[in-house]
Amino acid sequence: MRFLRRFVWVTIGVLMLTGLSAVSIASSHKLVLTGSSTIAPLAVELGRRFESLHPGMRVDVQTGGSARGINDTRKGIADIGMVSRAMKADEQDLQAVTIALDGIGIIVHASNPVAALTRQQIADIFTGKITNWHEVGGKDARITVVNKAEGRSTLELFLAYFQLKNSEIRPHIVIGDNQQGIKTVSGNPHAIGYVSIGAAEYDAQRGVPLKLLPLDSVAASVVNLRNGDYPLSRPLNLVTRMTPTALAKRFIDFARSEQAYDLVEMQYFIPVSVD
Amino acid sequence: MIWWKCSILFQSVSIDRWFNAGLRLGATVAALIMALILLFLLLESWPALQHIPLMRFVTDDAWHPLEDRYNLLPMVTGTLYASSGSLLLVIPLGIASALFMAFYASPRMSMLYRRLIELLAGIPSVVFGFWGLTTVVPLINQWQPPGASLLTAILILTLMILPTLVLTSYAALIAVPDEYLRSAAALGLSRWGMIYGVVLPAARQGIVAGILLAAGRAVGETMAVLMVAGNVVQHADSLFAPIRTLTANIALEMAYAMGDHRAVLFVSGLLLLLLVMILTTMAGWFGKEHHGE
Amino acid sequence: MANKQIVDTGKPNHLLRDRAIQLLIYLVVLCVSGIFLWILLDLIRGGSALLSWDFLISMPRDTGRAGGIGSILVSTLLVLSIALLVALPIGWATAVLLAEFIPAMSSFGSWVRYSLQVLAGVPSIVFGLFGYAFFSIYLGMGFSILSGGLTLACMLLPILVSTAEAGLRAVPESYRLSAAALGMSRAATLFHVLLPVAVPAWAAGLLLGIGRAAAETAALMFTSGYVDRMPESLLDSGRVLALHIFDLSMNVPGGDAPAHASALVLILLLLMINLVAMHLTHLWQRRKLNTE
Repeated sequence: MRFLRRFVWVTIGVLMLTGLSAVSIASSHKLVLTGSSTIAPLAVELGRRFESLHPGMRVDVQTGGSARGINDTRKGIADIGMVSRAMKADEQDLQAVTIALDGIGIIVHASNPVAALTRQQIADIFTGKITNWHEVGGKDARITVVNKAEGRSTLELFLAYFQLKNSEIRPHIVIGDNQQGIKTVSGNPHAIGYVSIGAAEYDAQRGVPLKLLPLDSVAASVVNLRNGDYPLSRPLNLVTRMTPTALAKRFIDFARSEQAYDLVEMQYFIPVSVD
Repeated sequence: MIWWKCSILFQSVSIDRWFNAGLRLGATVAALIMALILLFLLLESWPALQHIPLMRFVTDDAWHPLEDRYNLLPMVTGTLYASSGSLLLVIPLGIASALFMAFYASPRMSMLYRRLIELLAGIPSVVFGFWGLTTVVPLINQWQPPGASLLTAILILTLMILPTLVLTSYAALIAVPDEYLRSAAALGLSRWGMIYGVVLPAARQGIVAGILLAAGRAVGETMAVLMVAGNVVQHADSLFAPIRTLTANIALEMAYAMGDHRAVLFVSGLLLLLLVMILTTMAGWFGKEHHGE
Repeated sequence: MANKQIVDTGKPNHLLRDRAIQLLIYLVVLCVSGIFLWILLDLIRGGSALLSWDFLISMPRDTGRAGGIGSILVSTLLVLSIALLVALPIGWATAVLLAEFIPAMSSFGSWVRYSLQVLAGVPSIVFGLFGYAFFSIYLGMGFSILSGGLTLACMLLPILVSTAEAGLRAVPESYRLSAAALGMSRAATLFHVLLPVAVPAWAAGLLLGIGRAAAETAALMFTSGYVDRMPESLLDSGRVLALHIFDLSMNVPGGDAPAHASALVLILLLLMINLVAMHLTHLWQRRKLNTE
């Protein structure tokens, strides 16, 4: 195996005279973040400001989902993982720091006349017992259920809250990122889905035809999230290995500092105060 | 064949030896890549293969990797439906187009149409997917929600593999010797009589090869299908049901799969690779037998 | 069967049949051309408003909704050139070896050929899986342009080899015999006699390869990654144009207009590569002829 590895490297090296010089320079001034698509837009903004404060640094953000954040951090592909849920029991080998709070909101198209759904109605829609908007006081149109793909923390939290199993859900479209959910729902007047409240508000403010439905008659808003009224909330974590690199630690400290509050709020998340 | 073994000039023999060694090195790397792919897919899927019996990939009741249920069959049928549906559409369309270029169009028209097909071949799959998502899906959504469905996948796949079939069939058609055509004309066959009775049988092998090539593309296509098929894991019960294909499944879930789930995705990649290897081996045997005749 | 057809041809209903079939074929052609124009017009209508020099050179902002595709183009070119830098020498060496230096039935030759045939049929997403497991994780390149380029290089090999080999095989045997009779070494024969003849085929293969590489998405999702900023080294992640289109259309609400424009750019880019390379081949051939 070692021979093979060296052999391949040598071949590559010989063929790429220019490439190798670049290889030796890189790495030490770079932070790689991977994981939750909920945190990614915030992390990009944080990275930009971090770079401007520390010239010569580079912060690369890759999305994928919370599980990928955990996975990549464990494998060392990423310096920092982004995880948009509380840590699980089998993830205690990683160190998690909460940088903000977010909630999960039910979204429909802005033209949808339905103003609120009960918990039972939402569960019934997602499990295929209610298939027409007509049954919950809307137009006579088939409901398009937008579900998340397996492994997304938004899906896990949604299921836990409604006490459903993913196998019970009868989706019509399965999506990956939050953004894809927003795009799908805003492009289909009869769709219903669930995404990060931060992401939904961010886009709704910019004229994307989208409506957040209240959950248990609590409006899905930043205010209700902040005072803890909104039932379906979650922490947004940055995770590292037990001993983070100095650079990773500096970035996480920066993300929790007051220098970053306005960025967190711009994404409609709730900053956590450092006590 | 003496020149094969040694050259006349002494000096050049040593040059040739070095040259030959370099070439062999290159070829070895090229051949090693397949072995490497196989090795790494095996390595990555090993955790799952170790404790998940192979039968469970077909006998589990559904695909819910996080609930420890790993049925790959709905994705296999999704792939089969989508690719066979598009083949059904593309075979008449493709052969008709090739016939048009070879026998019905004026040389100018034929050239023009050929350029158009070549342009179509140059459109990347993600652009087809994008067009399907913004144009075809909303159209079908008005008629039969949710729009993203098996039908959309079939239509987009058809457009994508059409150029492959048209260009290969056209090459096969014009390779039919002129004497055949002249003889057919001398016999007083009508144009269609000549095509159906003489040209198509003569070009059969090339056309079949084109169909196989197109089928391979349809099975392997990922992005365009991912964008328009809706990606629900289920056995499609109608043309308007959303489906997920094996390749789309990998693209959709790989980014955030962990542990067994991740390993099972590598297993499905391994399955695709093994399928290709088996088909290639079979094609090799078939070719050899053909040669032997 | 044949006999029957000859007897039947004169009947008028066969004339009718011929007409009907001709009509059908024309309909198919109209249909295909119509759909093609539909796609093209859709793209042009959606993207031409945004398309400008500024769009090409400015950086994407706001996840691609605003700004341009400058950094994306740079990443695309980098990935493409790495793929070609690696794949061309290996691929062409393999082709030369297969066509000129070893007998077709040798076990080494058939092994190489078999594995290339398999590579040609492997779906691109499987290359993506492999690149992710091997280059990104095992060799520790992470999500990087290097990893993506090398993955693409693996994908391009079969096309480069098969086209180059076909080009060499098409050279008449008498050329080789004459060269041998003149006492030219095998290497000299290759460079001075065979290559000038085989160049158009090699260029065609190169074009095919570039076309496939520039259009590739699935193999690059997990290797060169999503980062849409200007890459500073080959170990940085860089989003290629095709992936940018995918991301804009799937994940960015309000991203349709830039996606249209990016798609137009990608198609134009592919067209241009084609034209330029064809022109070059033409020139090269003419120069060769003149000096000889």
